[in-house]
Amino acid sequence: MRFTLLFALLCSPAFADEIWVTNEKDDTISVIDIETQTVTRTIETGQRPRGITFSKDFSVLYVCASDSDAVQVIDPETGKVLHELPSGEDPEQFVLHPNDKHLYIANEDDAITTVVDTETHRVIAQIDVGIEPEGMAVSPDGKVAITTSETTNMAHWIDTENQTIFANSLVDQRPRHAEFTKDGSELWVSSEIGGTISVFNTADQSEKAKINFEIQGVHRDRIQPVGFELTNDGKYAFVALGPSNYIAVVDPTSYQVLDYILVGRRVWHMAFNADETQLYTTNGISGDVSVIDIPSLKAINTIKVGRFPWGAAFRPTK
Amino acid sequence: MKLLGLACAIIIAMLANTTFASDLRVSITYVMREQNQAPTLSNLDPIPENLGLIGAELGLVDNQTTGKFLGHDYTLNIITLSPDQDISTLKDQIDFSQTIVVANAPTPDLIAISQMGANAPAVLFNASAMDNTLRDDACLPNMFHTAPSHAMLTDALAQFGFAKKWQRWAMIVGPQVHDRALAASFEKSINKFGIDLVARKEWTFDTDMRRSASNEIPLFTQDFADHQMLVVTDATNDFARYVVYNTWAPRPVAGSVGLITSGWARSVEQFGAVQLQNRFRELAKRDMQQTDYASWAAIRAIGEAVTRTDSNDLQTLKSYLLSDEFALAGFKGRKLSFRSWNGQMRQPIVLAHHDAMVAMAPLAGFLHQFNELDTLGLDQPESNCTAFQED
Repeated sequence: MRFTLLFALLCSPAFADEIWVTNEKDDTISVIDIETQTVTRTIETGQRPRGITFSKDFSVLYVCASDSDAVQVIDPETGKVLHELPSGEDPEQFVLHPNDKHLYIANEDDAITTVVDTETHRVIAQIDVGIEPEGMAVSPDGKVAITTSETTNMAHWIDTENQTIFANSLVDQRPRHAEFTKDGSELWVSSEIGGTISVFNTADQSEKAKINFEIQGVHRDRIQPVGFELTNDGKYAFVALGPSNYIAVVDPTSYQVLDYILVGRRVWHMAFNADETQLYTTNGISGDVSVIDIPSLKAINTIKVGRFPWGAAFRPTK
Repeated sequence: MKLLGLACAIIIAMLANTTFASDLRVSITYVMREQNQAPTLSNLDPIPENLGLIGAELGLVDNQTTGKFLGHDYTLNIITLSPDQDISTLKDQIDFSQTIVVANAPTPDLIAISQMGANAPAVLFNASAMDNTLRDDACLPNMFHTAPSHAMLTDALAQFGFAKKWQRWAMIVGPQVHDRALAASFEKSINKFGIDLVARKEWTFDTDMRRSASNEIPLFTQDFADHQMLVVTDATNDFARYVVYNTWAPRPVAGSVGLITSGWARSVEQFGAVQLQNRFRELAKRDMQQTDYASWAAIRAIGEAVTRTDSNDLQTLKSYLLSDEFALAGFKGRKLSFRSWNGQMRQPIVLAHHDAMVAMAPLAGFLHQFNELDTLGLDQPESNCTAFQED
């Protein structure tokens, strides 16, 4: 029964999910129709859009317009900016708390993490963190938020109850992105210049593993892990390796790299489709998005978007 | 009474826990030699009086921010020497076994400072002098260099010329000591990377070029054999600016003007550099220059070593700086580290004109058995430095 329903959904022409991509140097969002693999809409944003995420019910879109010093709230149906949230200066990345209400925003120029209530539009806390905060994550149970700071080389552990830092973990040079595993037991942090991913136990913040990358014919200094995502089934982690132009496929239980997939130039971030059979990566320098078929672990398509695509988010359209 | 004592102890412990009380102090001394501005034909680009210093101050802020999470407290003591002040006055002001010295001063000062620290486990940084000799046979036992050498800059341009197939160069050499040192470095790079120097002339004019450049420069460059790029060495930015667009043949100009090579430029924006540029501009109200960057990099290198070793012991820090573990993220797309044979910081070199970055050396295709950054400047087999290794 469920299978039939799923099949019906898949075959329905109205089922045209989308991938939304922020174009950092065009001040736009490109909306990719997954079905047709084309850009169907281009939406104007504030200056230098980077971080992008939808509310839990996908009714509104949040975008960090870094150089406009604002988080814009956009109606995904019309593409119109509904309002702006106070975000602190130069918001780069953010994460939406599981309560669907609190946005944790990294203010890159100010060494601050700002917590904004999306309902009241009020700043509820500003937390001093290290220099150039960027990577943001929140644990699945909502108890812990993470900010990583690029020049301070730390992951800061924030207690979301009282919005204060309760631990700091050193990582390798220039941390860029943080994610909790789906069960919340581990925190992963990528270090761009260090060339590694550090894995921590959430329970006691101890370091559990370090993942290294090696690609034949590419100097290790050019292998720079930035964005990454873990699949819901726990089978894979996909890691964007920046200027090496590869995506690494990692086994999240053994921490071994299984494969490397060649994509566009300077790959940054990524988003899955609904059933996680496809991965869409933003390739900053080549100005396009690579589509990876996950069952075969092969890049199968390239879609031209705007200049310097950065963030990516999935939107189901039912 | 006893209870009160216990309560106090608990409160103190709680305070210590929440405020990350400093338990490690790191002292850095920044020595800056004020210099009389060399007379130049144009005063368009005066050398900022705080050149280098603001870079050091920014590095300190960066270190302190990291330090507050770890209980590391950094202090920066600034000593300014007037142009004529005797360097030996430093001796009483610096305890080389207690403080790390970052110097923004010319080569003779660096040699004197190095000697003053000879009996202590001194850790010294050169953030300004580019002389190749300091990375070669005249290297100093206790001194790291975060300023790039002339050789790194001239190798970068030679790589660029080779990559572009602009391999026939003409060169105009200025009359100052630094102009000649730069020219000598260019000649070495030319040999190293297979460039042809088809013409070379000394700059001998002593007239005011603002009036006569359009008449004199075409004649001066008319008899140059056919070349693809004209390189000018003019370390004080005196006459080079008048060469551009006044040459006989329509050729790009590089070196001290036009396409310049440097450890840093205002046009570096990639690799997150915008953040560093913005933080610097906010502090200095001007653009970041090479000596600012080198001063920042020295202080950040110290900070990184303290962070990772959790130590302020000078010998421990020095060993760490020279180890394979040391890496500094320097907003130039590759990790920065120090060469074990002469203390030079490995770093990409910027090729830029006034309005944009053109390339970052090492250029693609220049390979090296260990580290591509070592294709710039004096690689281990090229350097005659022995003093640094002995220490």
